[in-house]
Amino acid sequence: MIKIRNLTKKYESLAVVDNINLEIEKGEIFGLLGPNGAGKTTVIHMLATLLKPTSGTAIVNGYDIITEPGKVRSSIGIVFQAPSSDDMLTGYENLKIHAFLYSVPSYEREKRIQSVLELVGLADRQNDEVKKYSGGMRRRLEIARGLLHKPKVMFLDEPTLGLDPSSREMMWEYIQKLVKEEDMTFILTTHYMEEADHLCNRIGIIDQGKIIALDTPANLKKIIGGDIVKIKPKSYPNLENLKKLIYIRKIELINGEIIMYVDNARTNMPDILLHLEAEYVEFRSPDLNDVFLKLASKNLKESVEGGFMERYAQYGK
Amino acid sequence: MNIIQFLYNAITIAEMEARKIRHDTTELWTRLVQPALWLLIFGETFNAMRAMSTGSFSYIQFITPGILAQSVLFIAIFYGITVVWERDVGIITKLLSTPASHVSIVLGKSLAASIRGIFQAMMIFVLALILEVHIRLDPIDIAGVFAVTILFAMCFSSLSMLLASFMKTRDRMMGIGQALTMPLFFASNAIYPISAMPVWLQYISKCNPLSYVVDAMRSMLLSGSYENLPLDILILIASTVVFVSLASVTIKRLLE
Ligand SMILES: Nc1ncnc2c1ncn2[C@@H]1O[C@H](COP(=O)(O)OP(=O)(O)OP(=O)(O)O)[C@@H](O)[C@H]1O
Ligand SMILES: [Mg+2]
Repeated sequence: MIKIRNLTKKYESLAVVDNINLEIEKGEIFGLLGPNGAGKTTVIHMLATLLKPTSGTAIVNGYDIITEPGKVRSSIGIVFQAPSSDDMLTGYENLKIHAFLYSVPSYEREKRIQSVLELVGLADRQNDEVKKYSGGMRRRLEIARGLLHKPKVMFLDEPTLGLDPSSREMMWEYIQKLVKEEDMTFILTTHYMEEADHLCNRIGIIDQGKIIALDTPANLKKIIGGDIVKIKPKSYPNLENLKKLIYIRKIELINGEIIMYVDNARTNMPDILLHLEAEYVEFRSPDLNDVFLKLASKNLKESVEGGFMERYAQYGK
Repeated sequence: MNIIQFLYNAITIAEMEARKIRHDTTELWTRLVQPALWLLIFGETFNAMRAMSTGSFSYIQFITPGILAQSVLFIAIFYGITVVWERDVGIITKLLSTPASHVSIVLGKSLAASIRGIFQAMMIFVLALILEVHIRLDPIDIAGVFAVTILFAMCFSSLSMLLASFMKTRDRMMGIGQALTMPLFFASNAIYPISAMPVWLQYISKCNPLSYVVDAMRSMLLSGSYENLPLDILILIASTVVFVSLASVTIKRLLE
């Protein structure tokens, strides 16, 4: 459905999107994760033909974003990270204009507008001007607008930013329904890891314009290497004994707590406790947060160490 | 993209603007102050002084079409500021992401400026009637004046959008708008006849689209002699086509 080929965007000489290659299948919900400034919005805007790539291209729904931008735009919908509704118009008017510009057939127009308004819980506020909406209501209107014309490919740039938990879950359900019933394809960015985990078939983690990981959420979690076990020992433990256990992949001592990465923590826990006396024990399976922090903060640390810390050290002198 | 969808999109975009005006009409009323002052103070004073030879018409008659054109010019030339503002709040980004062609977006936006222009023209008619300025009130002429107003606002608002695609900020647009309106206004026949100008200025005013607009309005509102009208309108249409086409190529730069 989407084929990204060597896509690059440079501002001055700085590549904020750096030679990305990626294929997304029809019916996928693809999550694009990454720290602030990683280039997620830039990628989406290029795919939506709003920004011109410095080099490379992409095929969206069979059309080239450079040579057939009009056809690409007819195939897609987009919910922007930044607000885009017209404050001076009512929620209903905003949606109606959108329906016109996307040539939603007139016999369906009203029905669809009302159904998306219903979905995002704005039906009773539809005749209020948007400037009278709360932040979350505006966000919901943006989502309603994006979904109105049921495009083949939908880009959602941090769609659930600022939504309350129940609205968020409703959104998730609706997105999954659209994939099932309408065979739509979604590309979404988010900073909520549980959202990505719950919703996405596949996730790409992007950092400084490059894709640094690309896999299913389950496979990504395997990068962490086992469950995370935290034990506060009663006395100073003999770590050497623990290190010999084959199901322990990695072991660290941080602030008097032992952090271990363990295969099948549930079944191996009793055995571990034979080797030391514990004050308390915590363990959990790794989540995408761990993956994100591990992958994305590596770069962050490097750039801090190489830049800020060095300058700070010099400042100290 | 077929032509019906194209026009439909342009009208949708213009209609969006009309709705906004309906939600809040303050802006329209405040825009009335300036032309009212021109007519009332400048017009009446010079009228009483009889300082300018304006042929068979009184001075206030003479400048009424000029002031009409001037106030529409102000709306149109500063329209780029509105567009920059709409870029800042995401509306332009949203429009550019829809299947609507960029030409239809620029056309729609320039029609939106025309809607404001029309309102302005109507108010100036009312003002002229109140001040008992004798203008021709033939329905065909009035329709003609509105038609010229629409074209004129489209022409200069698309020029403004063209400039906005390069200037990108409101401050710069404000500056360039001011830098343009005064020379355009004074190097035209809006408030004095071309024959009263020094020769070099006469040449400049012949290249000034505003002169043709004022000339067209004057022939419909005052003289009723239409021999220059085809040329006036032709030049206006040609400039509108050029500016709309150029602006629709450049408008995407606003997002860069
Ligand atoms: N017009 C511009 N000129 C120069 N640099 C820009 C411009 N727009 C974006 N950038 C830079 O491009 C990089 C990527 O920005 P982008 O908005 O794509 O990040 P993002 O991944 O969406 O971040 P966030 O999670 O904060 O939304 C940033 O470093 C940003 O500073
Ligand atoms: Mg972003």
